[in-house]
Amino acid sequence: MTDATQNSGPMMAADGTTLKSSLNRALRRQKLRALMLIAPLLIFVLVTFIAPIADMLFRSVENQIVSDTLPRTTTLLADWDGDAGELPSSEVFEALYTDIFIAQERKLHTRLGSRLNYELTGVSSLFRKSGRKVEDMGEVYQDQFEDLDGFWKDSENWNALMGSDSWLADQTAWDDKSDARQPAFEPREEIESLLPQTAATFEIFADFVQNEDEDNLAKEDPWALVYSALYTDLMQEPDVSGYGGPGSAELLQAMGAVGTFENVDYPAAFEEIDKDWHSIDVWQTIQTYSPDFTSGYFLNAVDMKKSPDGPEMRPDNEQLYIKLFIRTLFMSLVITGSCILLGYPVAWILANLPARTANLLMILVLLPFWTSLLVRTSAWKVMLQQQGVINDTLVWLGVVADDSRLALINNQTGTIIAMTHILLPFMILPLYSVMKTIPPSYLRAAKSLGATNWTAFWRVYFPQSVPGIGAGSILVFILSIGYYITPELVGGTTGTFISNRIAYHISSSLNWGLAAALGAILLAVVLGLYWAYDRIVGIDNVKLGG
Amino acid sequence: MKLTKTLLASTALTVAAGMATADGHMANEMTIVSWGGAYSNSQQQAYHNPYMEKTGINIINDESSAEAVAKLRAMNEAGNVTWDVVDVVAADAIRLCDEGLAMEIDPDEHLAAAPDGTSAEDDFGDLLVSDCFIPQIVYSTTFGYRTDMVGDTPPTSVCAIFDTDAYPGKRSLEKRPINNMEWALLCDGVAKDDVYDVLETDEGQQQALDKLATIKDDVIWWSAGADTPQLLADGEVVMGSTYNGRLFSVIEEQNQPVAMLWDAQVFDLDGWIIPTGLSEERLARALDYIYFATDTQRLADQAKYISYGPARASSAPLVSTHADLGIDMAPHMPTDPNNAQNTFLYNYEFWADYRDDIDAKFQAWLAQ
Repeated sequence: MTDATQNSGPMMAADGTTLKSSLNRALRRQKLRALMLIAPLLIFVLVTFIAPIADMLFRSVENQIVSDTLPRTTTLLADWDGDAGELPSSEVFEALYTDIFIAQERKLHTRLGSRLNYELTGVSSLFRKSGRKVEDMGEVYQDQFEDLDGFWKDSENWNALMGSDSWLADQTAWDDKSDARQPAFEPREEIESLLPQTAATFEIFADFVQNEDEDNLAKEDPWALVYSALYTDLMQEPDVSGYGGPGSAELLQAMGAVGTFENVDYPAAFEEIDKDWHSIDVWQTIQTYSPDFTSGYFLNAVDMKKSPDGPEMRPDNEQLYIKLFIRTLFMSLVITGSCILLGYPVAWILANLPARTANLLMILVLLPFWTSLLVRTSAWKVMLQQQGVINDTLVWLGVVADDSRLALINNQTGTIIAMTHILLPFMILPLYSVMKTIPPSYLRAAKSLGATNWTAFWRVYFPQSVPGIGAGSILVFILSIGYYITPELVGGTTGTFISNRIAYHISSSLNWGLAAALGAILLAVVLGLYWAYDRIVGIDNVKLGG
Repeated sequence: MKLTKTLLASTALTVAAGMATADGHMANEMTIVSWGGAYSNSQQQAYHNPYMEKTGINIINDESSAEAVAKLRAMNEAGNVTWDVVDVVAADAIRLCDEGLAMEIDPDEHLAAAPDGTSAEDDFGDLLVSDCFIPQIVYSTTFGYRTDMVGDTPPTSVCAIFDTDAYPGKRSLEKRPINNMEWALLCDGVAKDDVYDVLETDEGQQQALDKLATIKDDVIWWSAGADTPQLLADGEVVMGSTYNGRLFSVIEEQNQPVAMLWDAQVFDLDGWIIPTGLSEERLARALDYIYFATDTQRLADQAKYISYGPARASSAPLVSTHADLGIDMAPHMPTDPNNAQNTFLYNYEFWADYRDDIDAKFQAWLAQ
């Protein structure tokens, strides 16, 4: 002891560094090598398992679609106060016109409509209808410009006016039929400063034609939206007299004429498309869901909703999910319990029979395991229905009257029976493998020391089989929480699980955000329960085999 | 060294083989998605077999129509659409069109005209409910009842489902609000023309749910089209709703004591869409198939195998007899004048708007 304390200075390795850091370096190399060995698996799991799950869960808060599709409207709408009971200003309506016009060219407006329809009924058709009619608004200006001068009808003239000289030269030189890329549009600088809106709109149009439609810009007439922007710009009375490029004469002429143009009253025009555009609710919904991320899906998943005054509970007749979560947990517990009750004796018999008989019985346990899930569930339908085998037998035996047959299916009972049967092997197998390792001599020893059969089982055998119960319970419980085919087929209305709603929102309503939120909550609940189990029982006590 | 070489060589071979099969797929195969069962069989006989014979293209069947919308969205996000032509119901087609997952098809440009020269657009008429959708058949959701369980007074009106005194026993209804809400209002005294005006309001939705509540304990809710035929055949229910083709097969092909109650049947459409994002070559093939499969004669041919009405007006007179049973198919069509005395057409626009909202209320009501 004393020697050790005297030589307590750091031990040195041969190269003069401390032994500790030298060891660490060696270990680090080793760890790195080990990591490289498992790297293929790790990357595989990350790419095919973790990343998709993370991506899916991310959808529960993702909401960029609103601000991406209506960028101008949502920016302007940020300052609007809906509680005052007044509609947004006409600038907002004009921004909405621009946004919807571009969105319908890109065919994105209906997608946004279905997104917002989850929050407010009727928005889906509102956007579909508006997308069809929004072009009419721009045509008011288009017609007036074109009537004023034929110059405005021609796409070549527009390109000459809006595009830079170098781009124009490239575009003219470009052969439509060749494989070469179409020269990307570049705006003319003077026009950009004179007519900022027109230039910005035309750029969006040019980008769309060249990159999304992949058509020749020289042959595409500009959108009606470009004419509206030109009108707005000219109404600002820019100084066009200094501009001397292509189309300067026509621009000057248009400048003089726009004052007399018939103008579009955007709020009124939108009301004509659908009176819902003059409903505060629609605007408040757009405003509430403008941010890039939303808690809306999660609130919805716990029967709440966003309102202008913060989150609030949904009305009683729309509350569903909390009830389903509780039901799912409760029924999974019941199923786990009945699996323990039925599986324990079976596993005990299997573990204590001679190997030959045990193997034969084991096949009987495994046989249903190898049968298709749908076949087994359908078989339960035949067994359990009111005109089914069990009821027929009971009526024949005189246990129940013919007119009061038992309802064993399309309710909770049906789900519990069918799922207990389906999940039973997951309980029996871990139990069996744990029981196999308990030496029978322990029981004999207990009895020889004077214990009754019950005491010997309860005090000696059972505690040793608990790790098997733990493993089986975790397997059965977690599997049953995520089940949806069996509850859908035999559960009726009272025996369905939260996973049935998740499946519905994934495959039918396409509300993936809500499905992701429900799934995230379910995942959190399972992890929470797992944590609690670890704290109470200890995860080290779980054994899947000897 | 040797190992590396072998590895390299085999990798190169695999890549080459992979590219070869990918090319092969492009050359002479197409994947068509449909519903499976008797319905896919009718398409196989009426469309796929003659088309394969004519062109030498191999058609691969995928029975995923029930999840088509979700799967197409996933494929689109992954940027790898593997389906060429997809069979969906009209409501799903509208949804796919809204989401930009199905491409718009101009009927006059891409479809055959009727034999008498009527343009495709006029021949399909009002059934072209979406720009992306080529209707194929008209089917209906209607009721069948057990002839041996209704006594001497078989039901003649849809309201028999709410009359548990006259027709005791369970009924089967689909586990969704669509159709059930309309029938409930209709039997609660709402005039047929007002049904959707009433259903727009919260009170109207509550009224429909209250009417359904009167039989809630007597209903088995189904989610697969095969459920009601099974329940009827087993005598589990006295009457139930399902697709008319399923009932035809129970009655005529399996000879069960079941009869049709056509009253207030709801017409719906099923047809083709082409996914967006196909390569030019695959798109051309898909359009060629659609042109072939939706002409007047082919649509009429399909009715030989299943009792759904062809979507073209010009096909109706060509409907002949069942391919195996030899019975005349016209009286079994939902569109036959005798059957179509009182009908609804699925209100696509209404349900596109109200589906999410009413479904939430309906499911909450079911769970109570």
